[in-house]
Amino acid sequence: MTAGRCTAALLAAVLVCGLTCASTAAAEEAITEEYESISNANEHVQAQDDYARSQKRREITEHDDDQNEPPPSSSSSSSSSSSSSSSPPSKDYFKEELVIRPLSSGDIYASFQFQTRWDTDFFAPGKKVSHYRLFPKSLGQLMSKFSVREMHVSFTQGYWRTMQWGQPFLPAPPGAELWVWFQDSVADVDGAWKELTNVLSGIFCASLNFIDSTNTVEPTASFKPLGVGNVTHQRFLRYAVLPREIVCTENLTPWKKLLPCGSKAGLAVLMKSEKLFHSSFLSLAVHIRPVCQDWGCKGTAWELRQTVNVVFDLHTTGQGKREWSFFKMFSRTLTEACPLATSSKVYIDVTDNPQGELFELNPAAPSLTQAVVLGDRRTYAVYDLMASGTFGLLRSLNVLLRWKTPGSVDMLRPLLHGERYVAGYGLQTGEIHTLIYNNHPYRAFPVLLLDIVPWYLRLYIHTLTVTSKSRENKPSYIHYQPSKDRLRPHLLEMLIQLPPNSVTEVTVQFERALLKWTEYTPDPNHGFYVGSSVISALVPSVVAMDTSYTLEHPLFSTFFPCKEESSYFVRVYTEPLLVNLPTPDFSMPYNVICLTCTVVAVGYGSLYNLLTRTFQVEEPSPGVVKRLANMIRYLRGVPLL
Amino acid sequence: VLLNVLTCGLFVTEKLRGRYAALSIAAVVIAVGIPLWWKTTETYRAWLPYSHINELGSLQLQLSMEVEVVFSRGTLTPEQQKKVPLTQTREQQHHVDENTGLKYRYEMKYRTATIMEEDALRQPTAEEADFSLYKLSESPCGSVVVYVIPETSVLLPENIKVYVGQRRTALLRGQVGQGGELKAVLSALDPEIEQVVRTMSFSHEDIMAALSDRIRMGRLSKESLADSMRSFKSSPGYEITFSLLNPDPQSHNLHWDIEGAIHTYIQPLLDKLAPVANHSVDSQILYYAVLGVNPRFDNSVSAFTLSADSLAHVINPVEARLGSNAASSNPVLNFLLFVPDAHHSPLFIQDHSKRVVDSNAFHSPRWGGIMVYNVNDRYGQEAEFPVHIDIDMAHVMGVFLAQLRLMLGVQSAHPPPGFLLQSPGSAGLTDWELDRLQWSRTVENVATASTSITSLAQLLDQIGNIVINDNIAQQVYNAVTSLQAAVAELEAGNLAFALQYSREAILASERAFFDPSLLHLLYFPDDQKFAIYIPLFLPMCVPILLSLLKMAGELRQRRKEQRAKRD
Repeated sequence: MTAGRCTAALLAAVLVCGLTCASTAAAEEAITEEYESISNANEHVQAQDDYARSQKRREITEHDDDQNEPPPSSSSSSSSSSSSSSSPPSKDYFKEELVIRPLSSGDIYASFQFQTRWDTDFFAPGKKVSHYRLFPKSLGQLMSKFSVREMHVSFTQGYWRTMQWGQPFLPAPPGAELWVWFQDSVADVDGAWKELTNVLSGIFCASLNFIDSTNTVEPTASFKPLGVGNVTHQRFLRYAVLPREIVCTENLTPWKKLLPCGSKAGLAVLMKSEKLFHSSFLSLAVHIRPVCQDWGCKGTAWELRQTVNVVFDLHTTGQGKREWSFFKMFSRTLTEACPLATSSKVYIDVTDNPQGELFELNPAAPSLTQAVVLGDRRTYAVYDLMASGTFGLLRSLNVLLRWKTPGSVDMLRPLLHGERYVAGYGLQTGEIHTLIYNNHPYRAFPVLLLDIVPWYLRLYIHTLTVTSKSRENKPSYIHYQPSKDRLRPHLLEMLIQLPPNSVTEVTVQFERALLKWTEYTPDPNHGFYVGSSVISALVPSVVAMDTSYTLEHPLFSTFFPCKEESSYFVRVYTEPLLVNLPTPDFSMPYNVICLTCTVVAVGYGSLYNLLTRTFQVEEPSPGVVKRLANMIRYLRGVPLL
Repeated sequence: VLLNVLTCGLFVTEKLRGRYAALSIAAVVIAVGIPLWWKTTETYRAWLPYSHINELGSLQLQLSMEVEVVFSRGTLTPEQQKKVPLTQTREQQHHVDENTGLKYRYEMKYRTATIMEEDALRQPTAEEADFSLYKLSESPCGSVVVYVIPETSVLLPENIKVYVGQRRTALLRGQVGQGGELKAVLSALDPEIEQVVRTMSFSHEDIMAALSDRIRMGRLSKESLADSMRSFKSSPGYEITFSLLNPDPQSHNLHWDIEGAIHTYIQPLLDKLAPVANHSVDSQILYYAVLGVNPRFDNSVSAFTLSADSLAHVINPVEARLGSNAASSNPVLNFLLFVPDAHHSPLFIQDHSKRVVDSNAFHSPRWGGIMVYNVNDRYGQEAEFPVHIDIDMAHVMGVFLAQLRLMLGVQSAHPPPGFLLQSPGSAGLTDWELDRLQWSRTVENVATASTSITSLAQLLDQIGNIVINDNIAQQVYNAVTSLQAAVAELEAGNLAFALQYSREAILASERAFFDPSLLHLLYFPDDQKFAIYIPLFLPMCVPILLSLLKMAGELRQRRKEQRAKRD
């Protein structure tokens, strides 16, 4: 009884995540604007009220994006009034950063984040936003035309290996993923969604136009808005995944065009496609959401966050040597920050290397900072590209990580991770197994599992079983929407409580449907993809959470706004599935036509013959002996027989 | 013998039965099989108003307009005044080509000025007179009012015969009240009035240019062809995009007050043009955007120069950055303000005769305009980079406004000598210029819509496989009725309604023409059809045909025998 209540409460916690975030985000978004190095963090006195705090901050930090002041566009380079460039009613800022995390496997993870924030209201009544500065015009027009409240699109090549690499800053499933919250003033959500996917597929040169009702769902709980705003009904949400989508340079080029500096200056010069696509994992993403303008959240601003997450392989890119540099990874070095950026930084994760015993950094980092991300307090070496000293004499920055010891680093096992596979044999039925691992030694926590299965795999929902530790684990919330053939997919959402240190297995059987011959893909024997399951959870934190709200957080730690004391939000995507369907021989229809026509024609022909032929009794012809005898008789002149 | 007879009778009945069987099978095949096959393989083709479309194929356009000629005091003798008001109709017929005819009908109304008009004409300047006349009465869209004022009037400067105001009125200096017949006076005025009308309203060249969709190019004069190629095709809406190209954000921090500039300079013009098309305006700033050609340093002017020949290559690389409009499919007019980077400034555009172009701008037909804006003289050598620079929007918008007028098809009239045209003022467009544009847009819309409807009908007629859904038929029907209405309104002289109907016609015809459902069964090859039909149809039809042939042969044989018997 109590357990049930507990899970219900947790469900509520997850469900209202968006709600609480909306209110805490007010304070938070204002915080994100400020950076501080660890050296002067000590001096930092936590003041009692906001006013004193902001005053203090102004003294200590160089960059201050306070609301009433124009932001300095370049910090140290003393450029006089350059920043007042935008008129007061709509200010926009651009920030860029690169985080590099050496992975325990020897691979290296680089995450680019570009944030464009525009203090304007797209949906203010009577006023149309049409003058763009840093915010890309194409996306802005899209937002206004389709009344989009929030949009998240990602293109991913490769699968993020959670067990080897830990949690990514921004998870994404293989292929293309798109989820959009529309404003609650939109009447025809499906029409807007259809048009929006078509326009987006044009903008990003991707096959997003293949999104239709057969792969679109409205999840009830798994995808809550990440920006500010009131919670609305899920009928304004649309979610779709295209697991088949292949990501390539034609997607990267339009993505880079959305940046104010393009790939001409700043961190984006590192993004050379031949290097980026020669990697184990690459994920491009664009997120647009409303955020708060200031502490009091009096007005909303629009945030465009563009991210690239890439994992370079130790053996293919690094030639087996644990020695990484910008030049080796990207075949470029950094020479300048984007002149339009208010902040431009490179972070390198040195948590495992506090005294420099594992690897050394060259050039040495000017400062260190700490950030709490994904439930862990990490230490980062910071290179500020705005500071003039960063680039040194050569006018270029090429950070080199050289390992001293060949041994690998131990990685904390990720607390939550998932796997999925198809079991069974033959082409009639099968079974989908989803395994969810809770690696926390003593805490149980609930997760939301979202499964989208295409209609041609007909789920037998009565065979759904959830077992953990070989005991049945009854989900406290199940939302199941059955499929309709050629109209909509299966949607299965469950809230499952994961016991500590356990594996929870979700199985469900399915039957493979026969498709119409025009519904098969051009390569049907390759199989049909089923998108990743999504596991969303508030995971209990191992470390105590950060309570110093005054510290400014780097962009990579502030995407998911949930900030509860002892847990953090994680989304895990499982592998996509590749399922074989019964595939006919495609020359068969013509053979069948020919064969049946021949059979019909033969049957018809004999019937016709029987009906129309005339039958007559034929006089038996005389035998050979009789004819011979007659011939002799004829010769002799005797009458014939 | 009995047996023989019996078998013979049997044989005859058997033969008859076989014959009936073959006949009835053939009848079933013809009566049931063929209609069934026809019905099941038929493509749905909704009914289209072909006869009306054919009528549109040969278009007889008649343009009617009203010209009011008002005589002020002192231009007519009292006897002459007694004969007015008077109405005359003049018609001009032009044969364009075998399918298109043009007819202009001018309704001339002659009357004397009212007292209030006399008062208005007594204003000190022509401009004020024009304004007070406009306040007295507003003439309908598409019409022209000509006031004939005495030769001694001081309203017009010396040597000026005709003053054309901001609205639809013109002042014409008349001869001193001569005696004689009114007819003589009127015919003396005629050539001048005709000139005024040609300036303020449609001229034959404009209409021919607007008809360029229907008629072959060779028939157009070169100049009107260039005019018609420069401006955009008529469209229900235009997207106007202003882009500031800053290739060097490290040195220049540019600020342009585009919102204010659009509000002051562009929006009044667009408001005025609202009856012709919808316009939406937006702007963006593009950083690190460069031109496609490297400017050459010219020692003689100590500046970088772009020659006229290289301008053609400037646009393409920039175009990739401009981005198309995500929210609509209307044509986009681009206006680029290019600020050359610090190392390549100043930059000047040279024309074909190697002279620096004053405006430092150029336009590309049906695309937009580019202006180069040099900022190097705004700061000295010792300036700290990036330099904050405010762009002088009045100067920039002056150039862009002129280009915009060209692109939207507002032709600059070439007034004959002795004419004084009032400048358009804050709206950027006079009423009669708008009328001129509306005349040619209406004719152009009618021409385009009628050609697309007739070619669609032709296409559907030629390719029998195309499915014609009801919505397409509905669109075609709408287009045809709107077209007929537009032609009728033109004939009646209601320009505003004619334009509105022609816009509806063009929208409906384009929607019908580009409907994706027309493409579904466009190509279904015959060899595949035969491959599927032959295995069934050949074995079924051959025995039927053979037995029918046999029967026919027997019938002929029997007739022959009967004839032989009779003989």
